[in-house]
Amino acid sequence: MKIGIVRFPGSNCDQDCHRAVDEGVGAEAVYLWHKSHDLEGCRAILLPGGFSYGDHLRAGAIARFSPIMREVIAFARDGGPVLGICNGFQILCEAGLLPGALVRNDSLRFRSYPVRVRVEQADTPFTSEYEEGDVLRMPIAHGEGQYVADRSAIEALESERRVIFRYVDELGQPTEEANPNGSARNIAGICDEGRRVVGLMPHPERVVSNLLGADGLGVFHSLIGSVRATGDGTATQALEAGDGPAAQAPETPATQAAEAAEASAP
Amino acid sequence: MRFEIEIRVTPREGIVDPEGQTIGQALGNLGYSGVHHVKAGRLVRFELDADDTDQARSSVDRMCKELIANPVIERYEVQIRSPETGSP
Repeated sequence: MKIGIVRFPGSNCDQDCHRAVDEGVGAEAVYLWHKSHDLEGCRAILLPGGFSYGDHLRAGAIARFSPIMREVIAFARDGGPVLGICNGFQILCEAGLLPGALVRNDSLRFRSYPVRVRVEQADTPFTSEYEEGDVLRMPIAHGEGQYVADRSAIEALESERRVIFRYVDELGQPTEEANPNGSARNIAGICDEGRRVVGLMPHPERVVSNLLGADGLGVFHSLIGSVRATGDGTATQALEAGDGPAAQAPETPATQAAEAAEASAP
Repeated sequence: MRFEIEIRVTPREGIVDPEGQTIGQALGNLGYSGVHHVKAGRLVRFELDADDTDQARSSVDRMCKELIANPVIERYEVQIRSPETGSP
């Protein structure tokens, strides 16, 4: 079983992700170059953190048009598990695979320290080894992590149970003080409608050892368990689908987002 | 026909605008009083070949929605000028 880690120019958490997969949970990790068109039969895709393309224009805005993203989008539309961490989360939002956007922290400062996040839903491929309500300790390291979306999108996330992680305090409560960046409803991570695409700002791949804390290991154990449970062939199907209508996928969500934004304009 | 395109991208109302806030604070520090509600954005300017203004406008509109602005957090205004006539 291979897990693919996409490398964009400016990715800097790719090696941590690799280590979390191979040393952390004993699966095979491979790097996928952003110019490639081949997911190499990977059974899940990780978009690591960093500053892809120097964060030019907007964080994640250019990476989303990388050649490999066409295959990643087709893979995701076909139900393949995709995890975006930090900059990877920003890329998934820009690509329209996840709703909303991540903007400058409300403090206007880069935030880099451990936070607590509560697991809100344990039915995704990345959280199935946790229990709902588990409080995890993970570091954040971002300047643009404030999750925003229009009111209807936020309501949809809540009612469809698609908020996966929330920033909480030591009592497990999503207080204002526990919110490191001003995110709406203390949202730290969400999933798509199919519950197979997950994005989060904290870094589970940095807490996969006894030395630094191991609260993030469950993300990778969950992934391996869920891939084993789903059988073969997802990546191959996605590659074939890449030549079809799914290849134009980026245009559609952007248009929908534009319409949604106009509809809710003040 | 070649058109001059100018696109202004600014944060939507309610979205944090750290650049604008920082400029406002800095102006205050320099002693300029009475400065309020500073907004900062991005200016993108280019030339575009198109048959007519309508075609240029619809093409630029698609560019904005697809790449230049993120409609979830930003708004954009487009100005189109034809160099021949100097007006829209």
